[in-house]
Amino acid sequence: MAGTALLGRLVWYVATVAERRQETETAWTLALTVPNWPGHEAGQHVDVRLRAQDGYTAVRSYSIANAAQGEHLEITIEQLPDGEVSPYLAQTIAIGDALELRGPVGGWFVWRPASNDPVQLFAGGSGVVPLMAMVRTRALSSVRPPFHLTYSVRAPESIIYAPELRQRATRDEGLSITYAYTRTTPPGWPTSPHRVDAALISETAFPSSKNPISFVCGPTPFVEAVANLLAHAGYDSSRIKTERFGPTGGTQ
Amino acid sequence: MSTDLFFDGNAVAGELRNVFCNDVTAAEGECAACGKIAPLAEGRVYAFAPGIVIRCSACGQPLLRLVNADSRLWLDIRGLVYLQFRSL
Repeated sequence: MAGTALLGRLVWYVATVAERRQETETAWTLALTVPNWPGHEAGQHVDVRLRAQDGYTAVRSYSIANAAQGEHLEITIEQLPDGEVSPYLAQTIAIGDALELRGPVGGWFVWRPASNDPVQLFAGGSGVVPLMAMVRTRALSSVRPPFHLTYSVRAPESIIYAPELRQRATRDEGLSITYAYTRTTPPGWPTSPHRVDAALISETAFPSSKNPISFVCGPTPFVEAVANLLAHAGYDSSRIKTERFGPTGGTQ
Repeated sequence: MSTDLFFDGNAVAGELRNVFCNDVTAAEGECAACGKIAPLAEGRVYAFAPGIVIRCSACGQPLLRLVNADSRLWLDIRGLVYLQFRSL
């Protein structure tokens, strides 16, 4: 699809909330039904539009969390304390409510199950969402290159999709997961809290000789730190794809 | 300003798609100020309102400005030498 033909203008779809799932204290997944949804690729976004009665509208971009499955679309919302849209999507919206969205958009931060080159994913906090779409897409594909997910979280309870990731780590052949806890580790964890650093990358990442493609998503400081570490470790910078969000100087 | 925003070119793919009728964020552009060549998706987006500004991730100069006002859409791309699309 993307890159092969003119795509045309986007249209707004009316989605209905089919299910709400709490992932962590602050993150919720909304499962949506979107009639006529054209499908999407792993890593793409949707723009969500909310309209107040006085006509005020707010549009926000959210990563799609699921692999393409007909009219079924999932987004995961991290509620931000001073957010304008995320508290509504996380707390207020109810099953059966309607939501306007357009998409899918974005053709850069996308993994296509077309090549067997190894893939390394680096997630900071809720930056895991588009990377989870890649993990899920891989599981449904006949092309399953080696995947490694490095997931940086504050504490064990901050892990989004924790039960599914636990299952996939054992069931999805060729998928491995490394956690970096930045504030609190699980009991008995072998290291004290630390960020993703050069040592972790040299221990867990695919060797640069295997020509992996890297996807890095998270708050700006996390993304810049990891992208720099990868470049210094000798990975081809044209194969490091990044997606930053949150205010510059935000927390990790 | 609320903080639930993306802050790179990936976030404005939807707005730009409606101008170009294609995904521009995957296109590589050359910064007119410093010569950095990178996909627009890697640029920095500093604010949503009243328009979109994408700045070069290397030197910070504006690459693209898009403003919707008075039923008109203004597009300023003087910060880009070119945009290179793959396999249109």
